[in-house]
Amino acid sequence: MNSEKRGPGFYVLTAFFILFVLFLYGPLSTIFILSFQGPNGGLTFPMNGVSLRWFESLLFEQQAVGDFGGAFSRSLVLGLMTMLTTVVVSLLAGLAFRRRFFGSGPLFYLTIASLIVPSILISLGIGLAFNVFGLEPAWYSSAFGAHLTWTLPFGLLIMFAVFNRFNPAYEEAARDLGASPWQTFAHVVLPIILPSLVGVGLFGFTLSYDEFARTLMTSGSFNTLPLEIYGMTTNVTTPVLYALGTVTTLFSMAVILIALATIAVLRKRRARRLAG
Amino acid sequence: MTLSRIAPYLQATPLTLILAAFLVLPIATIVMVSFWDYDSIQIFPDFVFTNYEETITSSVTWKTYLNTLKYTVIVWAVTLLVGFWVAYYLAFHIRSTTMQMVLFLVCTIPFLTSNIIRMISWIPFLGRNGLLNQTLMSMGLIDQPLEFLLFSDFAVVLAMVHLYTLFMVTPIFNTLMRIDRALIEAARDAGANAFQILTNVIIPLAKPGIAIGSIFVVTLVMGDFITVRFMSGGQSASVGLMMANQIALLQYPAAAANAVILLVLVLLLVAAILRIVNIRKEL
Repeated sequence: MNSEKRGPGFYVLTAFFILFVLFLYGPLSTIFILSFQGPNGGLTFPMNGVSLRWFESLLFEQQAVGDFGGAFSRSLVLGLMTMLTTVVVSLLAGLAFRRRFFGSGPLFYLTIASLIVPSILISLGIGLAFNVFGLEPAWYSSAFGAHLTWTLPFGLLIMFAVFNRFNPAYEEAARDLGASPWQTFAHVVLPIILPSLVGVGLFGFTLSYDEFARTLMTSGSFNTLPLEIYGMTTNVTTPVLYALGTVTTLFSMAVILIALATIAVLRKRRARRLAG
Repeated sequence: MTLSRIAPYLQATPLTLILAAFLVLPIATIVMVSFWDYDSIQIFPDFVFTNYEETITSSVTWKTYLNTLKYTVIVWAVTLLVGFWVAYYLAFHIRSTTMQMVLFLVCTIPFLTSNIIRMISWIPFLGRNGLLNQTLMSMGLIDQPLEFLLFSDFAVVLAMVHLYTLFMVTPIFNTLMRIDRALIEAARDAGANAFQILTNVIIPLAKPGIAIGSIFVVTLVMGDFITVRFMSGGQSASVGLMMANQIALLQYPAAAANAVILLVLVLLLVAAILRIVNIRKEL
């Protein structure tokens, strides 16, 4: 159907798609603009001048409530922990599922269940379990586990998609040439799936970095960034809130762009190596 | 070789352990605690049905569940409608693969940013002095600000559609991309018009994707509490919000009983979707 002329349906749907993208990005851009509100400006339009006052206040002044720096560094470390664990565990599980093994069915359904069980149940359950066993919940233990129940199913599903398209002939060729199983994995399988692993890592990091419901009852005495932001919404009535929104959104976008650029570079390098 | 026979077990062990510790055990704990007793300061082991009794016999519970189901049905219908056409546009109207990937990423990026901030971002837009009210007033369409825009059911549904449509777009896009284009060609050669192709070829083949997207959206909305609390300004109720309030009051056994009921309801809904559509082929 590639060569035919565009019908009216195309133009209607293009308009619809543009509206959808505006719907996705429009609200986000309003807080982006409002975070540059002048020193006397409020939470809504009109802009009362333009300034960096609220960024300054966010980064350098002690806030009445909250600890932006601490929350950010906790979320960052937690995101990196979740990212690494998600990549390694999903990769291993993805490799396991390439073969039939006893219990593979139940494990698969359990992973899907992890995606379906509402977040607040995971939050409540882990909070209660720690309570019952007399453990102190903390962002690096209970919240870490809670985030993994959300990121691992995504990681595993991506690995399924990857290995479904993976041609086993590459591995057979490596084996025929005398490679050990480890060499086959390290020199043949890993380079091929590396871009997808970066994608899994991106999901692991961003889903953890932004997770709210699963952290609510599991973070212990110190807040992660989303909890901190949520706390601010009830207390803060200045555009500092928007400045925080802008800063964390730009950070998320930077992470996404770095991951996408890495994937593109890896793909290109591999294509060049195959061609040369 | 023995190593290659036990390799899958070793490889699956970390996933199994993590899910056992942070999914199975916590849910077992919820079920256990739902039979416990509590007073205003602590919870203690027991085997009572009062938590379930109090939950089921309260008319507030029923209203809350009905309200949650109402959100679920509306959000599901809107995200399905929007998500299907977005996916359809990307799959059938965008002709270059690169462009498809770029536009798909444009849709995906907001999903990877903070939900809370995406909710906050509606405030300057929908508020009493928000952009929308100001625009409508300056255009002379309304005399005074519309009050129902923010902190209402409308705002809750709007925010949920904003947050969750991508969960519909992705699986549907995935199934649409796998439809053999020759089938559409064949339908056209056999004299089908665009509408007939859509209803007789594309939608039946897209059903698994629609089912997966529906499962995502239904479970997300059923368990949601933060969007409801934030966007309704505390004026509407949902099951998740009711649980969050019970948790805040340290009534853990009551929250646990609610959690068990919610989980059963969600699983029934998922089972119903799976009965209608077979998604095996997708996995």
